[in-house]
Amino acid sequence: MCTYQTERLDVRASAKTSEGWASMTNAIVYFDHPVHFAAGHALMIDLLNPTAGPSARAAIEMDPESARALANAILQSLDTIPDGLLGELAS
Amino acid sequence: MTHNLRADTITILGHGGDEIEAYLAIPTDAQAVGSMVVIHHMPGYDEGTKEIARKFAANGYAALVPNLYYREAPGASPDDAAATVRNAGGVPDERLVGDVEGAMNHLKALDFTNGQVGVIGYCSGGRQSFLSGCRLPLNAVIDCYGAFVAVGRDEPPMIVKPVIDEAGNLSAPLLGLFGADDTFPSPEQNEALAEALKAAGKDFTFRTFDGAGHAFFASDRPSYRPEAAVEGWEDIFTFLARTIA
Repeated sequence: MCTYQTERLDVRASAKTSEGWASMTNAIVYFDHPVHFAAGHALMIDLLNPTAGPSARAAIEMDPESARALANAILQSLDTIPDGLLGELAS
Repeated sequence: MTHNLRADTITILGHGGDEIEAYLAIPTDAQAVGSMVVIHHMPGYDEGTKEIARKFAANGYAALVPNLYYREAPGASPDDAAATVRNAGGVPDERLVGDVEGAMNHLKALDFTNGQVGVIGYCSGGRQSFLSGCRLPLNAVIDCYGAFVAVGRDEPPMIVKPVIDEAGNLSAPLLGLFGADDTFPSPEQNEALAEALKAAGKDFTFRTFDGAGHAFFASDRPSYRPEAAVEGWEDIFTFLARTIA
């Protein structure tokens, strides 16, 4: 099925797109039909910058277990940021 | 039949008179042919959808695929366009119907077509095909495992309204092709649609393939089921011979 499921959020990020590095302002996360990954459905993450056009996009398609492991790794990494660096990141 | 065909990217007038991109495939060995509007799935105006249009042309039908994402992403790759439109909340139903109407009118105006136009869609396009058949004067409607026909989802940004209540307005015979192992649409949801169509006195044929789930026609996906796909295509061409040939 096309799930239509979509989590949408604003982000402050950079990503490497098919045209090189670009600033990203939005992300969408969803579980739906992948374009390339060999599965009926996959966890998809798109980083986007709508003001820069459709090609300002970096995409990931992955199986649910990998996605959950990635999410946990991200949280683990954030939870163990050395003292003093979080303020630097937030500035 | 030689299966000779020609395919081109063209511009048509869609909803609101907007110029949008479209892919036209036509048989070059036949005259007074029936026509099909092919609605691309949510992953976009992609190579697989264009291949479907060429299959119709090779079998004696003109086929036109409107790029439903052209407004937001002209010239973009299909996957980038799909992500852009998803981030924007999807394609509104009214605009979809307007684009199908534009494609229908374009096909009717071609001098080698017979004025009979059908519509087909897969997955999200299956729902959109049914919706188009309920709102436009078409001659054949094919729904291939369209989800969210009998039930909706109301979680933003992609809100999808159920369209089963429009069954009474269906303008043409309907062929529905489904997988027994699919959950959206589930066999129960398809039965609910069948009941609504019966109650409205509509001409419809549903076939559910055992051993197949969602997207069994998609030859580039693990969901592909060759037996169901081959028989499904036979059902489609038998149905079109009855309705638009």
